[in-house]
Amino acid sequence: MSAAAAETLIEAGRPERHYWKEAWRLRELLLFLSWRDIVVRYRHTAIGVAWAVIKPLLTVTIFTVIFGWVARLPSEGESPYALMVLAGLLPWLFFASMVNDAGNSLLNNERIVTRTYFPRILVPGSAIAVCLVDFLVSWVVLAGAFAWYGVAPDARVLALPAFVLLAVLVGTGPALLLSALNVRFRDVRFVVPFVIQIGLYVSPVGFSSALVPEPWRLIYSLNPMAGVIDGFRWSLLGGNSQLYWPSLALSVAISLAFLWAGLRYFRATERHIADVI
Amino acid sequence: MTTAIRTENLSKQYLIRHEAQRRNDTLREAIASWARSLRTGSAAPGSDTEEAFWALKDINLEIKVGERVGIIGRNGAGKSTLLKLLSRVTEPTTGRIRVRGRVASLLEAGTGFHPELTGRENIYLNGAVLGMSRAELHRKFDEIVAFAEIERFLDTPVKRYSSGMYMRLGFAVAAHLEPEVLVVDEVLAVGDLRFQQKCVGKMQDVGREGRTVLFVSHSMRAIYALCDRAVLLADGKVKSDGEVPSVVAEYLDQGANNVLERNWPDLRSAPGNEHFRLAGARVALEDGGAAEAITVKTPLRVEFEFWIGADELLYSMGLHLKVNTGEYAFVTASTRTLLRRGWHRGTCHIPADLLNNRTYSVDMHFLKDGRNALLRLPELLAFEVHEGERGPGEPLGEYPGTVRPRLQWDVAPVPAEAARLGAAHA
Repeated sequence: MSAAAAETLIEAGRPERHYWKEAWRLRELLLFLSWRDIVVRYRHTAIGVAWAVIKPLLTVTIFTVIFGWVARLPSEGESPYALMVLAGLLPWLFFASMVNDAGNSLLNNERIVTRTYFPRILVPGSAIAVCLVDFLVSWVVLAGAFAWYGVAPDARVLALPAFVLLAVLVGTGPALLLSALNVRFRDVRFVVPFVIQIGLYVSPVGFSSALVPEPWRLIYSLNPMAGVIDGFRWSLLGGNSQLYWPSLALSVAISLAFLWAGLRYFRATERHIADVI
Repeated sequence: MTTAIRTENLSKQYLIRHEAQRRNDTLREAIASWARSLRTGSAAPGSDTEEAFWALKDINLEIKVGERVGIIGRNGAGKSTLLKLLSRVTEPTTGRIRVRGRVASLLEAGTGFHPELTGRENIYLNGAVLGMSRAELHRKFDEIVAFAEIERFLDTPVKRYSSGMYMRLGFAVAAHLEPEVLVVDEVLAVGDLRFQQKCVGKMQDVGREGRTVLFVSHSMRAIYALCDRAVLLADGKVKSDGEVPSVVAEYLDQGANNVLERNWPDLRSAPGNEHFRLAGARVALEDGGAAEAITVKTPLRVEFEFWIGADELLYSMGLHLKVNTGEYAFVTASTRTLLRRGWHRGTCHIPADLLNNRTYSVDMHFLKDGRNALLRLPELLAFEVHEGERGPGEPLGEYPGTVRPRLQWDVAPVPAEAARLGAAHA
């Protein structure tokens, strides 16, 4: 036994100074928790990994039929309508799953949380990682669609990782906020799916945000997902798809504000989780 | 010796909310009451309906490196709260704890096990949850598997494990942590006797390696076997602290450890499974008197009410009677009977003049086909047997032993020539 073993002081209301250091030290736990969810999901559902592909495929088909053919909404630039929808739908589904899954993550891991200690941020963190994996798998659909229409993204596709990062950023704040709120208020989990449902139509998934009249465009961009979706279309569809910078800047600013609020509320709630869950 | 754990005025308060005026458990209520408070300018919502309850109050303990401390006390005395504070699951209300080194807590065997994952996968998952690194787990993997005795089922999902296997695996992972401080809640309650002994042995090794162990148990036998110091908690305070025998004696003297009756009115949440549900169990006097008045002279019965959910089931049950030091007084089992779906009552009759004036606890095994456990419930009931009135000519004084059977004795005069034992002198 080393006499130099570090001493830990446990005290009420004491901010753990080593919180992030500890979270980093336990990063393997984050991987294990993510790995568990992925293994369980894909082993247990009969269609397995295909689910991450089927969901966007069905949604994009419905959008294309209803909005593209029936309502005849225009696409962005010269790209096929379905391709435009897909480029917006995938990041939107990613966002929705982050908010939903990470939002429920503390409740879903109740047993672990009430019986062991580790920085709780790892729980929603691992849920977000799982969503990211699903998201990347769903790109198979995108690749398939590109092949189907015989088009390919140009060099702008190199900017895509930055927009993926932005999507994670946009989703993390609300996810943290909701995961902590869920512990305290049990009706939150019933509200979230409804909000996500509405968000799908409010966000520029079925149409191009360029359709929004100019005076309203900035206000429309208060939805941080508008910036993310615009970014995805810009880097994937190429051609004359335009990047609307104010929207992107707003998206970054709002997601950072959400992240700050989410982290603060999460850290404040975290210490009482085991008592109220 | 250096101090491993020091608590200073450690207290934990819980707020009990009265059911009629509950806290704002839904967002809607929270917003409504917030809006109300804006209008009336009153204080925090709901605070007037809350009642403070101190689960722990001013605990001052100093535990040296390498000590193995048993925490004992009745249910609700604060044992589990203390462990939760030490393992940082929850935060103290006031006071502080200083802990030297890494703390690993085993508050439940198999924390974080996922039923769909195999034994192999769960070892990694559970180990990570308990704070082990992947490298550490790789190194100890074989040892863990061997300890848990699950080699053959390593690649079977744990949902197919028996409760014993599940428990063994859970304990095995935790036992191979190498923390400076190991905190263990009552996890030995399940599993067979042989494995329990193995666990106690493992924890003794941990202690010998100079690690500090904090151990909560209702089994005084385990406390005796494992600990070199005991702390008795009562109503959130330290009632006594010192050598194991004296603290255990004080605990047993509290007397009020009796659990004479247990009921599960809601059958769905009653212990058991779809084939068998235990609805109630009680200790009663054969003549119907108050069970508090059990003496060595009163015949008893132990009754169980249960529901058989299977169409047909070859049923039997075993009663394991233990004294509170953990030693067995005896084990008795019913004969196997074919039971059909419906309600049943099983009764074990314990005659007068069998038990000693000690505190007994009842472990029950409910069995199918005479060997498969439908349900095992350790410490299901507990009762104290008081000294009875001694009959004329009965010996005085204390009787050692877990039982005190009254056997037939004959003492009578015999003619000298018939006294064969004295024949050599004749």
